[in-house]
Amino acid sequence: MNILIFSLILLGGAYLAGLLGSLTGLGGGVVVIPLLTLVFHVDIRYAIGAALLASIANSSGAATAYIKEGITNVRLGMFLEIATTAGAVGGALIAVFTPVNTIAILFGVVLIFSALMTIRKKSEHAEQTGSKLSYLLKLNGSYPTPAGEVSYKLKNVGGGFSIMLLAGVLSGLLGIGSGALKVLAMDGAMRIPFKVSTTTSNFMIGVTAAASAVVYLQRGYIDPGIAFPVVLGVLGGAFTGARLLTIMNPKTLRIIFCIAISFVALEMIYNGLHYQF
Amino acid sequence: MKLGRKLLGDRDIELFIGQVLRVGVVTASSIALLGGIAYLAQQGAASVPDYSQFTGEGAGYTSFRGIFRGVAIGNATEIIQLGVLVLLATPILRIFFSLAAFAVERDRLYVVITTIVLGIILVSMFGGLKI
Repeated sequence: MNILIFSLILLGGAYLAGLLGSLTGLGGGVVVIPLLTLVFHVDIRYAIGAALLASIANSSGAATAYIKEGITNVRLGMFLEIATTAGAVGGALIAVFTPVNTIAILFGVVLIFSALMTIRKKSEHAEQTGSKLSYLLKLNGSYPTPAGEVSYKLKNVGGGFSIMLLAGVLSGLLGIGSGALKVLAMDGAMRIPFKVSTTTSNFMIGVTAAASAVVYLQRGYIDPGIAFPVVLGVLGGAFTGARLLTIMNPKTLRIIFCIAISFVALEMIYNGLHYQF
Repeated sequence: MKLGRKLLGDRDIELFIGQVLRVGVVTASSIALLGGIAYLAQQGAASVPDYSQFTGEGAGYTSFRGIFRGVAIGNATEIIQLGVLVLLATPILRIFFSLAAFAVERDRLYVVITTIVLGIILVSMFGGLKI
């Protein structure tokens, strides 16, 4: 196969990954890693490098629209980025000493967890009493809903911060945005309305991924021949996905995709256990 | 941006940050696209390198100096890496702007928080790794 054909196939595959990632809410980066490793037999380290870039592009591209709507809680994002960036740098440093098969197994587990997270019930409940720390750090806010502006308060800031640290480590180790874990920290532990959680999580992914990507770039994980089709493809796919989401609500589709992606994750785990990376 | 009128509103700053992110992504992907087309034109007929073996990239792709040197002589792969650099710089630039915004608002707590985040990223960039 020559480079031209390889690049075009990869571009098409990355486009589908971006589309799938956007429709399921998993993010394109997470879908592109199994595509590269299982289908194209690319070493998982190159796959991680490319996926991180795709996550940054997706996050930054989508953030503009969310910020415009006024849903993103910028202060909260900034505060939690202390945890995610510190974790991400740590994760990228551990990655060098972690066998690739272990990374593949861990990736599979996180992917299944993420898929489960996207199909579970979402709570749009806004707490009216916050913890002391939430006032001290000025984290409480409000967001627009069809029924008007709704204000919300935060609980369990420490718990949320700890989960964010873990999310950062996994992001740095596996090269993903770990959006699912970020959302878990925000709407699970801190009781923030789901919509605010997802948009703020998306806002944070770019910075988190950049923190570990600079380490990966210097380590030589980012290959230009893989990077350009993956970034352009995933970005294009995510853009189409965002458009599609405004005209349809792919609830059933989302469940089907999430089940499918879980099988892919199982294959990653299986191959990892049999040392095939 | 007239001083004295009521500095910049929180909302204006957020919208501006959103614009920075968008411009960064569009610039980065345009550079990567140009580099990609040039790469395919230069090397499209060659056979695919063996990506199943991880060898790591050489200094040409992993350091500022190597990337800029390659761009200067028109190497396609280094142009793609320049796009990668712009992409990486986008969220970092966003933090700089957030820092300035919090400083303008005299929000000391968030100036400190933002500085910590920026510090972590800069340490990871320059922390004894090859530049």
